[in-house]
Amino acid sequence: MVKALIMSGYGINCESESKHAFEKAGATAEIVHINDLIAGKKKMADYDIMMFPGGFSYGDDTGSGYAFANKLKNNLWPDLLKFIKQGKLILGVCNGFQIMTNLGLFALPSEEYGEESNALLANTHNRYECRWVNLKSQSQKCVFTKGVTMTSIPIAHAEGRFHCTPGVLKVLEDNDQVVFTYCDATGKAAAGSFPANPNGALSDIAAICDRSGKILGMMPHPERGLYLVNHPEYHHRKEHAARKGETLPEVDENNFRIFTNAVAYAKQNGA
Amino acid sequence: MPSETIHRIEIDTKEQGSEAQVLEKKLAALGHQVKARISKAYTLRQDFTAEQLEKVAAALHNPVAETARINEPSTLAFDWALELGFLPGVTDNVANTATEIIDDLLSMRLGRNRVFSSKVLFLTGALSREEVENMARELINILIERYHIKSNTEYKQEEGLDKVAPLVKLTKEPEAIEIDLDVPEAELLALGKQGIKDPETGERRGPLALDLDYLTAIKAYFAKEGRKPTDIELESIAQTWSEHCKHTIFAATMDDIDEGIMKRYIKGATNAVREQLGENDFCLSVFKDNSGGIIFDDTWMITDKAETHNSPSALDPFGGAITGIVGVNRDTIGFGMGALPIANKYGYCFGRPEDTSTIYRGKNKTNPSLPPKRILDGVIYGVNVGGNCSGIPTPTGFCFFDDHYKGKPLVFVGTLGLLPRKLPNGELAHEKEAQAGDRIVVIGGRVGKDGIHGATFSSEAMDEGSPATAVQIGDPITQKKLSDAVCKEARDLGLYNSVTDNGAGGLSCSVAEMAEECGGFVVQLEKVPLKYPGLQPWETWISESQERMTLSVPEDKLAAFEELMEQRGVECTVIGTFNNAKRGVVTLNGKTIFDLDMDFLHHGLPDKALTSKPYPYKTQEPRIGVQDPEELFLRILGSHNCCSFEFISRQYDHEVQGNSVVKPLQGKGRVNGTASVIKPLFDSKKGVVMSQALNPRMSEVSCYDMAANAIDSAIRYAIAVGADIKHLALMDNFCWCSSNEPERLAQLKDAARACYDYATVYRTPFISGKDSMFNDFKGYAENGEPIKISVHPTLMVSAVSVIDDVKNTCTMDFKAPGDLIYVIGETRDECGASEFYNVLGKEGGTPPKVDAKTARKLYSTMHALHTTHLLSACAAIGAGGLGVMLAKMSIAGQHGAEIDINLVPATVDEPVRILHSETPSRFIVSVDPKKKAAFEKAMHGFAFAHVGEVRDDAKFVISKGKEAIIDTSVDLLDTVYKERFKEY
Repeated sequence: MVKALIMSGYGINCESESKHAFEKAGATAEIVHINDLIAGKKKMADYDIMMFPGGFSYGDDTGSGYAFANKLKNNLWPDLLKFIKQGKLILGVCNGFQIMTNLGLFALPSEEYGEESNALLANTHNRYECRWVNLKSQSQKCVFTKGVTMTSIPIAHAEGRFHCTPGVLKVLEDNDQVVFTYCDATGKAAAGSFPANPNGALSDIAAICDRSGKILGMMPHPERGLYLVNHPEYHHRKEHAARKGETLPEVDENNFRIFTNAVAYAKQNGA
Repeated sequence: MPSETIHRIEIDTKEQGSEAQVLEKKLAALGHQVKARISKAYTLRQDFTAEQLEKVAAALHNPVAETARINEPSTLAFDWALELGFLPGVTDNVANTATEIIDDLLSMRLGRNRVFSSKVLFLTGALSREEVENMARELINILIERYHIKSNTEYKQEEGLDKVAPLVKLTKEPEAIEIDLDVPEAELLALGKQGIKDPETGERRGPLALDLDYLTAIKAYFAKEGRKPTDIELESIAQTWSEHCKHTIFAATMDDIDEGIMKRYIKGATNAVREQLGENDFCLSVFKDNSGGIIFDDTWMITDKAETHNSPSALDPFGGAITGIVGVNRDTIGFGMGALPIANKYGYCFGRPEDTSTIYRGKNKTNPSLPPKRILDGVIYGVNVGGNCSGIPTPTGFCFFDDHYKGKPLVFVGTLGLLPRKLPNGELAHEKEAQAGDRIVVIGGRVGKDGIHGATFSSEAMDEGSPATAVQIGDPITQKKLSDAVCKEARDLGLYNSVTDNGAGGLSCSVAEMAEECGGFVVQLEKVPLKYPGLQPWETWISESQERMTLSVPEDKLAAFEELMEQRGVECTVIGTFNNAKRGVVTLNGKTIFDLDMDFLHHGLPDKALTSKPYPYKTQEPRIGVQDPEELFLRILGSHNCCSFEFISRQYDHEVQGNSVVKPLQGKGRVNGTASVIKPLFDSKKGVVMSQALNPRMSEVSCYDMAANAIDSAIRYAIAVGADIKHLALMDNFCWCSSNEPERLAQLKDAARACYDYATVYRTPFISGKDSMFNDFKGYAENGEPIKISVHPTLMVSAVSVIDDVKNTCTMDFKAPGDLIYVIGETRDECGASEFYNVLGKEGGTPPKVDAKTARKLYSTMHALHTTHLLSACAAIGAGGLGVMLAKMSIAGQHGAEIDINLVPATVDEPVRILHSETPSRFIVSVDPKKKAAFEKAMHGFAFAHVGEVRDDAKFVISKGKEAIIDTSVDLLDTVYKERFKEY
C-alpha cells in the first residue's frame, strides 16, 4: 500500500482535503504534525509520498513559508534529503509551495537541494485572491501531471507571484521544469494579464518541479477541485448534460489524475 | 535601568514590491505623488553575536527577492524614512513568529518582548514633515500603532532609525483595592457610568455600565457579607451582569410582558415550533451554548452562530473585525465538546464610503471618528486575515450602506460548525459539564491590557470616553493551533469535561459560567500567563485578550492533556480548580481578593421593568415622479445595495476545505448571490444551505414588517438555491439603538412579536441569537454642532438548512437561450423603504406584507421543483425588485432576456412599481421548454406566470405589451452592476 504523509501544524489548514485526495487515489494517507516527526514519534522514511498542504503556516508572518521552512531545515533536513535521494515524491500546494520554495527543494541552478532559487512574492494587487484559474500543462517530465493537458483549479493566496532570475528561468524552461502556466479558458497564454494570470507571475508560471520531475510545487489547489460539484460552472454543466440525457461524472478527471499519477508511480517504484 | 543591547535587522526588497506599488497608488489617491520602497524591520532586544545575527537575518528573508541589513542604515536614495510599528503591548504576530524562528534556529528560549516588528517606508517626493505626518495618520490607527519620521539628513546623521523597543512599562505591584459603596448617589452613578476611580491618578478606569438599582443590589449584598467589595469583584459583577452578557433588555419585563420579550417571543417561538414538529424536530441544542445545534444526519450535527463586533470595529476596524471573526469561530470551537468551524459568514452595515465629512467624538473638532471608507477597508481586511488564516471558507456575506451607519458600523460575523453527535466514548457531544475537582485550564494566547471593558463598553453608546483599550488585535494562528489541538485531537481522546470560549468578560465570564455547571471555583490569579508584567488583578480577570479557551480537565487526564498541548505548540496553564462550594474565589499569591456567592453572581441582578411608547412610524406614501424608467432601473442596479461587491467575495477564501457548491459569486458573469451551499463531508451527498437578510430601513415604516421581511428574505434566499423548509432553522441578531428610549423599545417589541408570529407559521425555530442594544454615536458634526447618529433598528436574520443532496441545488444564472422565464408570487404596490424610494431620496411608504401561510406552501413546492430538477435557474427577488433580479440573472448567465410586465401576476399597474416593488415571497425562475407542462402542473394553485424568454443574443428588453420600457444590453447591465466598487 502506498503511504502518503500529509504534513500539518502551525497553521497549515488544507490537510483534511489533501488526505482525502490521496485516499481517493488509492493511498493510505496520514496527517502528521511536524512536531511528531521532530520528536521521532513518526518517521518520514515510513512514507512513499509527502505532501505540504496549503494554509497559513505561522500566519505568513515574516514572509509566507519562511518560518515553517526554517523549522524543517533546523530539525528534519537530513530526513528530508534522504527522502528525496530515495526518489520519493513530494507535492506542495500553495503555502506548501511557499515552504518548499524557502527550503530550496527545486535544486536550481546548482543541482543542490537546499538553495533558494525562486520566490513567491505578493500578488500584483497586493491582496488575497480566491478564484478558479485555467492551467496549461507544460512538462513532460513531471510525474504528477502525466496525461493532463489543460485543467481548471482554484487558487487562494496573497503571495503567489512566481519570481526568479532570468538565468534560473532559462534553466527551468530548458530542463522542462515549468509544470503549469496560467491561460485563458481556450488555452491561450495569459501573458501576464489579470485575471487569467491571477497574481502577476513571471512567464505565467503557476507550478514548477525539480530536475527529477518528482518534486512538484504549485500555487493552485488541485485537492479542492476533485469533484465536479465543486466546480463554479457545475450548475451550468449539469443542466446542459441533462438536456443531452447525460449525467456528469463525479470527479474532475484532470485534477484527480495529479493524485492517481503519484500513487501509481509510488506503487511502480516498490511501495 | 541598565542600558541594553538592541539590534536592528532590516529586510529590503531587491526590486520594488507589490506592497510599495499599491501604497504609491493609495497615496496618489490621497493627493501625494511619491515613490515608495518598503522594508521589514526587526528590533531585537538581545545580545547576539555577529554570527548569530547573520543566521537570524538569513532566516528572515528570501535571498532571491530580498537582501538583509544588520545594524546598517539603508543606502537607498529617499527624502523621508517613515517607520510604522505597534504601540507597546499591542499583539505583534510577526514578532512572535520571528521569536519562534530564532528560538528554533539558535536552540534558545528568547522569551517574550525580545523582538519587535515594524515597517519602514522610504519615500521620495516633495513632501513637508507635516505632510509625512498626515500620511502616517492615514496609514495607521493611532490607537494601536506608532510612527517615527526622519528626513534623509537626520537619517544619515543618526545612522538610520532609532533602536527603540516599544516595551510596556508597568511598575505598580498588582493588588486589589477596596471600594467604598457607602457614598452619595451621585458618586455611585459616576462609579457605574465612568468606572472605578484609580486611587493614585484619580482617573476613572472605564465604564462598569451598572445602573443605580444594580449598584444598590451590590451594596446590599456586601452589607450582608459585612465587608466592602474589592475592585476585582465589582468589575467582575459588572461583566457578568452586563447587557452584553445577560441581555438585560431582552430579559426585562416590558409593559405587560412579565417574562420579557426573549422568553415570550424568541424562545417562545422555538418551543412552539419544536412542539409542532414533534418527532420531526431537528433541534439538538438551542439558546444554551455558544452556538445553536441542529441535526445534519444520524452521525453529525451542524452548529451555527452569528455575532456582532460593532463598537470595537468603529474604533479599530481591522482589529475589531478580525477579533470578531476569530471570536465567533470560538463560539463554534466552544460549542458542546468542540465543533470544527466549516464556514464563515459576514454582513456589514456601513456609511457610504464616498462620504468624507468628518464627525468628532470630542468638542472643538477633537477626536475625529474614522470616515466610512477607512472603516470599510479595515473591517473587510480584518475578516480577510481572520478567516483566511484560519482555513475556514467564507461562502456568503452581504454589504448594506446607509448614512445611519456612519457613526457606528454594524459588523456581523457568523460561523457554522460540524460536530459528531456522539463522541468515541459514547457521550453526547453537545452536552458538557465541569465536575467538582476538575482543574481549570486556559489554553492559547496570553493576557494583556487589550480588550478591557469590551463587554461593558458595548453596553454603552459610543462617545468621547470610549476606551482605546477596548480594541484588540487578533492572532488567528494561535487560535488555529488550539482549535486543531482541541477539536481534532483532545476532544475525541476524552481529555476534558467541558470547554468554553473566553470572549466578552474574559476569564471572569468563562470561569464563572463553567462553574455554574458544578457549583464553584478557586482561581490562583498569579498563575494566569501574562503578555507583560504589571497588570492589576482586575485587569487580568476581565481582559478580553484573544485566542483563549477555558477547559475543565479531570485530574487523571491532566498530564496527557498538557503533553498534547505542548506538542502542538499551544500554551496551556492550570489556573485553579472547580468545586461545588457555591462560592467563586480568586486568590493572588495566597491572599483572597474575590469571594462571591455563585448564586448572587449569576442571579443577583435585580429584575428590570421597561415601559415602551408607540413609535411614530412614517407610512405616508411619498410623492414619486419617474420620467425615465430605464434610467431609474440602471440607477437602482448600480446603487450601493444592489451592485456587485465581488471585491470582497474574492478576497475571502471560499474554496478551502473543498466544500463549496453554490458559491458567493454565481454564473460566468460572477453575480453576488444571497445564499450559498456547502457539502461538509466528502462521503455524504448532503448539503448545508446558508443565507442572511436584513431590511433595516423598514424599521422607520413598520418594525413588525421589518422583522417579518428579514425572516422571509432569509428563508426565501435559502429556498431559491435549494433549501428545505422542513429542515431550516433561524438565528436573530438584533442591533438596536437608544434602547433606553421607550419608543425604541416599542420598535423592539414590534420586531420581536413578528419573530414569534412568523417563525411559528414557517415552523422554523430560532436556535441562537445575539443582541447589541446601543449602537449610537454621540459627538459633533463638522460644523461643531452636537449630533447623535443612531443606526436603524436592525434585525439580521440567518437561515441554515440541511438538504439531502447537493445536486438538487440551483443558481441564478440563465443557462440556455429559449428557456422560459416565470415570475412566481404576486407583486403588490409595496415600495415602502425600498431601494427604489431610497435612490430617489424618499422615505416612508407602504411596507411589504408577508403572507407566511401561503409562502410556506410555496417554499415547500419550490423544494420539490429543485429535487425534480424542473428549474434551470432560480433567484429570490430582493433589493431593487423584479427588474434588478432579472438583470442579475442575465448578467450571471451572460444571456439576454425579454419579458412583458403585463404578464407579471400583480395588483399594481405602474411599470416602475412592478419592476421595483419589494413584495416578499417572490422568485424568478427559468424552465427548459420541454419541462413546461411538468413545471406548470407542479405550480398549480400558486400565483405565477410565464412572462418571457431567455434570448440567444445579449439584448435585455422589458416591455409593457408592445411598448419597450427598458431596452438595453447585458454588456451595459454588467458594466453598471460592477462599476461602483470596481477600484476597491
